[in-house]
Amino acid sequence: MTLQVERVAFGYPPTGKATQSFSLVDVSLSIQRGSLTGLLGPNGCGKTTLLKLMAGVLRPHKGSIGLNGRLLAGISRRALAKQVAVVPQETHPAFDYSVLEMVLMGRHPHLGAFQLEGPEDIAIAQDSLAATGTSHLASRPYMTLSGGEKQRVVIAGALAQVPDVLLLDEPTASLDLAYQMEVASLLRRLNRDRGVSMVLATHDLNLAASVCDSLVLVRAGRVLAHGPTSEVLTVDMIRQLYGVEADVRFHETSGHLTVVPIRHVP
Amino acid sequence: MTVGESAMHRVSMGVRPIRTRLAVTLVAYGALALVTCLLAPLVGSTTISLSRAFDRSIPFANNVDAQIFFVARLPRVMAGALVGAAFASAGVVLQALLRNPLATPFTLGVSAGAALGAILSITFGAALTLGPLLPVPLASFAGAFCSAAIVYAIATRPGRPISTSVLLLAGVTLNSFFSALILFVQYMGEFAETYRGLRWLMGDLDVGGFGPILSALPLIVIAFVIFALLSSSLNVLSVGTDTAASRGVNVARTQRLAFVSAALATGAAVSLAGPIGFVGIVVPHLVRLMTGVDHRIVLPAAALFGAAFLVACDLVARTVLTPVEIPVGVVTAMLGGPFFLWLLIRKS
Repeated sequence: MTLQVERVAFGYPPTGKATQSFSLVDVSLSIQRGSLTGLLGPNGCGKTTLLKLMAGVLRPHKGSIGLNGRLLAGISRRALAKQVAVVPQETHPAFDYSVLEMVLMGRHPHLGAFQLEGPEDIAIAQDSLAATGTSHLASRPYMTLSGGEKQRVVIAGALAQVPDVLLLDEPTASLDLAYQMEVASLLRRLNRDRGVSMVLATHDLNLAASVCDSLVLVRAGRVLAHGPTSEVLTVDMIRQLYGVEADVRFHETSGHLTVVPIRHVP
Repeated sequence: MTVGESAMHRVSMGVRPIRTRLAVTLVAYGALALVTCLLAPLVGSTTISLSRAFDRSIPFANNVDAQIFFVARLPRVMAGALVGAAFASAGVVLQALLRNPLATPFTLGVSAGAALGAILSITFGAALTLGPLLPVPLASFAGAFCSAAIVYAIATRPGRPISTSVLLLAGVTLNSFFSALILFVQYMGEFAETYRGLRWLMGDLDVGGFGPILSALPLIVIAFVIFALLSSSLNVLSVGTDTAASRGVNVARTQRLAFVSAALATGAAVSLAGPIGFVGIVVPHLVRLMTGVDHRIVLPAAALFGAAFLVACDLVARTVLTPVEIPVGVVTAMLGGPFFLWLLIRKS
């Protein structure tokens, strides 16, 4: 078992006495080692909050989160970053860093305050670039890349942290169909070849169906369902989750479930 | 060459190890700063003989060359180097903290606070001194400290990252508010005091000896040590606060340290030489054009280049209209303003 979320509640603002609204009410789930888990739910259901809690960026108000049997609260930021990496929806650096510089920043948790990256760090960065098919972009300014290239470079930066767990927040949200497929196959490959456990928050049910071996459905701050993709991704669950009637069937050519939304059911 | 080989080739081209880049930067910019600081005291409205200035056989009281060199010019060059380095590197730190390339050391209201302190001291002639510290620098440092404390209190909440937009707005508002108070105090003051206040606002590196430099030095050195400690975290922070947190940066602590150290360097430099504009924005941008944007390189490069830049500007201020000296703040703004616009036009 890798990540264990137990009875977690969280509301904004993150600190202070007067918590205005609870984003997560009572969430329990576990992420198995080497699994690729999809996190599904309507807008505002708390997906991003849950990812930030699992990354240790936010602390739960109630409940606890464990990583390989240790509580996140007891692990330092730096030590945690060596085990858990995050790929945000979009990354906008304030300055014009090169692709290689962006990826080398993934080595930050492995270096001391005055320590400069050495040959080993550069080798890991180059390996991460190669794994994401971005080696040829290394000396390009990050800001000049296309959306798909940027996302792959950000994933390379997260890989340079050499994490056990990779948390991805809608990594394909702003990408066109070709890039979506590219990122999807990249994630599958990294999961299979490197054994990195992944949690993927997404609105794309077909992406989730094609890459995830298990799904967590979150609605109104609670877990609606948690289990293998084939068992959880059903007509009934989609109606409960989104209030949408959909057609779910096994697609012979692609070899996974496909979801076609039909109509909104109030 | 196959595609794979050419890719590898380009990667290795992109990798100039940070150690090499840092060493080259320190040597090149260090040499520039050193040469500027060594040449600047030799040039001025009066030509002096260096051999005579260092001739120990002539009593100091009779040695005009030595007096000009050691009393007038050397402290001035040292003040210029220290203040230029402080403003330029504080600018780099604040631009990273606020994730805004247009931030300057004066954006956070620190300089307006310092100016209000100085103007109050000049106008009401407060004769408060502390050891070797003169009333005006002391009052301006107190003003800088108060304004930094107000902005800090507004923008921080316990255990949470600083709200950079609140920080920016609070700083800009405080700037306007203090500027209004300064105008009010100046309007109420006597003509001579108002004139002195105005001159202070233009910036002046003629600090009148080594005492004021030695008072500001420890504060700026402390700030520089913190800058060095933060430089790697500032890279990750400038990519985004959540990214920084997930890369192991303690965001709240890094932001607080960055704010406090930048305010310390700015406050000390302003109280020494007045609010000399444009160094804190032009130098960081110029250095980034030459060295790239990695803060571990940009910070030392900006400090050294800032030192050379301000000493050179002061040299122009001292000599261009001999025997009249123009305030160095006018020179930095007159050189810096058009140059910055040119940068903007070139970029867009």
